[in-house]
Amino acid sequence: MLKTYVQPRYDYVRSPDQSAAAPAHHPVVIIGAGPVGLSAAIDFATRGVATVLLDEDDTVSVGSRAVCYAKRALEILDRLGCGDPVVERGISWNVGKVYFRDRLVYTFNLLPEPGHHRPAFVNLQQYHFEEMLLARLRALGRTDLRWMNKVVGVDARGDLVRLEVETPDGRYALTCDWLVVADGARSPVRHLMGLESKGQVFRDRFLIADVVMKAEFPTERWFWFDPPFHRNQSALLHRQADDVWRIDFQLGWDADPEEEKKPERVIPRIKAMLGDDREFELEWVSVYTFQCRRMERFRHGRVIFAGDAAHQVSPFGARGANSGIQDTDNLVWKLALVMAGKAPERLLDTYDEERVYAADENILNSTRSTDFITPKSGVSRVFRDAVLELAESYPFARRIVNSGRLSVPAVLHGSSLNTPDAPGDGFAGAMVPGTPAADAPVGREGKTGWFLASLGRGFDLVLFASQAPLTAAQADAIAALGRDPIPVATRIVVPQGGGLASAPPGCEVLEDVEGWLAKRYDARPGTCYLFRPDQHVAARWRALDAAKVRSAVARATCNDQAAPARAGRAPAHA
Amino acid sequence: MAKLNLEPNIASPDDFYEALIDMHRDLDEGASAKANAKLVLLLANHIGDLEVLREAMAIARGRA
Repeated sequence: MLKTYVQPRYDYVRSPDQSAAAPAHHPVVIIGAGPVGLSAAIDFATRGVATVLLDEDDTVSVGSRAVCYAKRALEILDRLGCGDPVVERGISWNVGKVYFRDRLVYTFNLLPEPGHHRPAFVNLQQYHFEEMLLARLRALGRTDLRWMNKVVGVDARGDLVRLEVETPDGRYALTCDWLVVADGARSPVRHLMGLESKGQVFRDRFLIADVVMKAEFPTERWFWFDPPFHRNQSALLHRQADDVWRIDFQLGWDADPEEEKKPERVIPRIKAMLGDDREFELEWVSVYTFQCRRMERFRHGRVIFAGDAAHQVSPFGARGANSGIQDTDNLVWKLALVMAGKAPERLLDTYDEERVYAADENILNSTRSTDFITPKSGVSRVFRDAVLELAESYPFARRIVNSGRLSVPAVLHGSSLNTPDAPGDGFAGAMVPGTPAADAPVGREGKTGWFLASLGRGFDLVLFASQAPLTAAQADAIAALGRDPIPVATRIVVPQGGGLASAPPGCEVLEDVEGWLAKRYDARPGTCYLFRPDQHVAARWRALDAAKVRSAVARATCNDQAAPARAGRAPAHA
Repeated sequence: MAKLNLEPNIASPDDFYEALIDMHRDLDEGASAKANAKLVLLLANHIGDLEVLREAMAIARGRA
């Protein structure tokens, strides 16, 4: 059906588990091999944890669906080892334009400052994206991926989770210690467990058309309110790979979804938009409505929900797949520590705490965008149009225009895992505890690279040094932290042109080649930052003190109290 | 802790009121509504303080 893409089919392979006398047991089972389930499986594999990944289908995404991958998601993919292929295959963009009727009212740049490895966004069809993640998963070789394995029963009442799985060869049972559910917005497993995702359904319909055409439009996001080619509604244009363009038309609630999908309805709309002369071919069409909703909790004992299964937003803002990938970024290191016996189970409650907070932020942004794009009353429409008219001439109104607040990661301000700044340390700038690490160019062994790429998979301490050699006390502290049960690896940042006469063994030295690192982190000699394995700031100080670093690591892993601060959750009674 | 100034603050109230009504002269209902909306947006930006704006909104809606 698609003209630029041949849908791969993956073979169903019978697993030995299906012939086992008793249900086979696995530490971790992941349900759903979409962007979120695949990211989770890769993250586990990079940490040496073997998982079983079940998918009810035998292929990647049908149709392009998710398109825009945000900077933070790309940075997570870099950590997982598949950022490069996604960025190389995709279309990078930073600039968005907003039109009202026939006039450009507003241009915005989502990444105005240099010194970042990744762009604000990369557009790529979801099927390409999933194929790249699959390639990485196979290269790591630690995941037992089972196609055509549909979960039809979940029993999470006991000390382990029991699954009933349907295959072309019939049913079999499995057990696991931990179940990660990433089976999408409709989440069959959520339904099997009798759990709900609650929120708001928006009374509007949108037509998505992917078209193939040769066009030299700049790679920008173009959004129209009430354009001449589609009066009283909105439209959105995005470029994807392979000369495929995503066009999104608002249709209104009264539109008939089946009628609107017909080529004889779709093609005139596109011709009106592009002008009659341009040649294009229709690749894929879908009509959708959307919802903003979430589950009350994402963790239910040994069952943990991630991505659209746990929370859902409108597509304006690209906060769906991006937030799902961030879920796995938050979850996997925590689960790996719990499984290794290095952190108590309640560390997993902080996945719930932090990702529910992020989901609420995404839902709020998405809901506000939707209210601007789809005004719910006459007066709401009058204000919307007044904002757009003023925006052409007055900068204050441009900031009110909302065609989608594009995905940025949540800053986990109130997280219980953060160690607050000491009052006297006087940090300025954006990198408060709970913030995902900002990137910057760095010199490593004579080559220019990137700060985020130099962070590891565990806890990292980044110490900003002057040109002077480290003191003996600093070197001892660094060595001791590296030997802790939850080891802390140290990177030393030296100023531009600087170098250390001698770095402690195992300690990488990074040169702040353009000064962005010190600027972004408000650093001076002696400043150090502790990063969690998901690259969020856990704590920071003006001077290195091993005892303080240890207590911050303990806090960030829930190892700081003998007894739980909150009542531990009973195993889920699904 | 009201921050919204509810004391008389316009030196020539009659001039202000005349100007306000004049702004709508010859406008139909739709254009008038749009002009009012723009006026609200311009003044809200001038005030800037969301607390003040919320107080004014509450009074305008009839909650205070």
